Amino acid sequence: MNYERQNPAFYALLITLIFMAVGPIVLMLANSFKLDVDIIGGTSGLLFLPTIQNYETALCDVLWYELDHLDFCSLKFGGAFINSIIIALISTLLTLVIGCMAAYALVRFKFMGRDTASLTTLMVRMVPPAVLLVPVFGLWNNEFCISKNSYFGEIIRDVFGGRGDVCLAGTHSGIILIYVAMNLPFVIWILQSFIIQVPRSLEEAARVDGAGPFQVFFLVVLPLIKPGLAAAAIFTFRIAWNEYLLASALSDRGTKTVPILIVNNMSEFNIEWGVIMATGMLLAIPPIIFTLFASRQIISGMTAGAVKG
Amino acid sequence: MIKQKLNRFTPYIFMAPAIIIITIALLYPLGYMVYGSFRAWDPSQNISESEFIGLKNYITLFYDPAFRESLGVTLTFAICVVFSELVIGVGLALMLDRNIRGMSVLRTLFILPMMIAPVVVGLMWRYMYHPTVGTFNKTLKSLGLDGIDWLGQNALLSVIIADVWQWTPFIFILSLAALQSLPRSALEAAKIDGATSWQQIIHIKLPLMMPVLIVTALLRLIDAFKVLEVILVMTEGGPGLSTEILALRISRTATEFRELGVAAAMSNYLLILLLILTVSMYAITRIQENRAARLARQIQEEY
Repeated sequence: MNYERQNPAFYALLITLIFMAVGPIVLMLANSFKLDVDIIGGTSGLLFLPTIQNYETALCDVLWYELDHLDFCSLKFGGAFINSIIIALISTLLTLVIGCMAAYALVRFKFMGRDTASLTTLMVRMVPPAVLLVPVFGLWNNEFCISKNSYFGEIIRDVFGGRGDVCLAGTHSGIILIYVAMNLPFVIWILQSFIIQVPRSLEEAARVDGAGPFQVFFLVVLPLIKPGLAAAAIFTFRIAWNEYLLASALSDRGTKTVPILIVNNMSEFNIEWGVIMATGMLLAIPPIIFTLFASRQIISGMTAGAVKG
Repeated sequence: MIKQKLNRFTPYIFMAPAIIIITIALLYPLGYMVYGSFRAWDPSQNISESEFIGLKNYITLFYDPAFRESLGVTLTFAICVVFSELVIGVGLALMLDRNIRGMSVLRTLFILPMMIAPVVVGLMWRYMYHPTVGTFNKTLKSLGLDGIDWLGQNALLSVIIADVWQWTPFIFILSLAALQSLPRSALEAAKIDGATSWQQIIHIKLPLMMPVLIVTALLRLIDAFKVLEVILVMTEGGPGLSTEILALRISRTATEFRELGVAAAMSNYLLILLLILTVSMYAITRIQENRAARLARQIQEEY
């Protein structure tokens, strides 16, 4: 492939664009290694003595050594980080498995209610988290509960302690359930466009050789749509990892995720910029890594999701 | 026999988990919300204990100046954001649609902003907009200019700029993909006929990209109504109500004012708005598909 030569102004434009796109992220990365004195003090350049003190403050509850600059560990960021990982990973996995089974059925089988199902997935895609906030808050706290006097309720109360009925609110599974539900329509939509491209003859050949529908699905179709699965996984992970509103309504002290802690610390009067940027960077790193390694899949997923309306 | 019966049920087995989860955690809550919006409902009571008040929540909201302002802010925000992103994104795609080295690296860097958590984006921009330590005002001062009161007097504009930064790449990437899949023959024919690059853009590229652009714009419009975290972190809706978009107002009505019924009615207004947008998107794609099919048939008949 030979490349056209462009004039210098074009390259100047490119460099400006890259600077504008990545600049704020680099700025935050640089600031997360500065002490607050340096951030406020004015030396805005990249010349400073880097320190990991901000990261130590942020992660103080999971570090194995004592910190000299800190008497009391107020930011429980490490625990929140673990909560975020658990919630994001499990909900991504569940969404993918359930979503690709549904997408396969919608593409390959003709059955009663298929059109209704596919229209419903299309419609619920637009529901914003803010709209779900009120009903989910009410349901998860009051309706989706097991009475503490019932058999399972007693067992759970004996094992985990606590008072009152056993409800979904405040547990990891409560947050995971709403994330899976929120992401399913999108994942089904994206995967449909990948499954359509799998040649039918392959599946029929497998069926002639005596494979059942489940074997065809898991052994023939799934390996062929790996790029689509990767794209869908990244999009789901991104939403589950980044979401704030519903998590903040559904979590209690033990199940707070990272975005909640960041927002809580931002609303304080005196912001410690260095520490908050370090926490922000920790939250941003996993999606950045995915982007750098799988940008091709992300882009193909994005175009598939939008173009195949 | 058994095997055939099993085969008939296969699609339902495949669909069952998704249907169960969507029904329990999406459709049932939505119904619950519609039900709750007709009641005087606050978080301390169970919904069945609350009083039925008919359409009162909807009517109160309709005459509530704060709600109207919030609706106005939401619409201004959504329209400004989508318009500027479309202009910048499509413009950049037209300019960068060339055969250059490192295009994939460029695209990777461009999608970084939209993969990052909205909370973090808000955090970054709040720092950059800071009146004294922020990057923008520092730069302005070092140039000898006065600082701008970004998140004070120009809060809505500042919020719009942050969103444009995050989401222009989305439109850029989609329109670049659309541009590169255009039929080369039409463009070459135009080149041979001596069309200038402006004429090529206006008469060939833009019309051919239009289907993708409309869907992309509607997708962005729907997403623009969902924005919440960026604004929450940057301004918390203030100063006054100047950046309080509907999503933020819903969450504040529910958690601070503790009026779940009113918040549910507000959510319903927002949902109806989005429903109209989604239905129009669906209708547009259907019309386009039909037109494309008809064109294809005509071409086949001619040959």
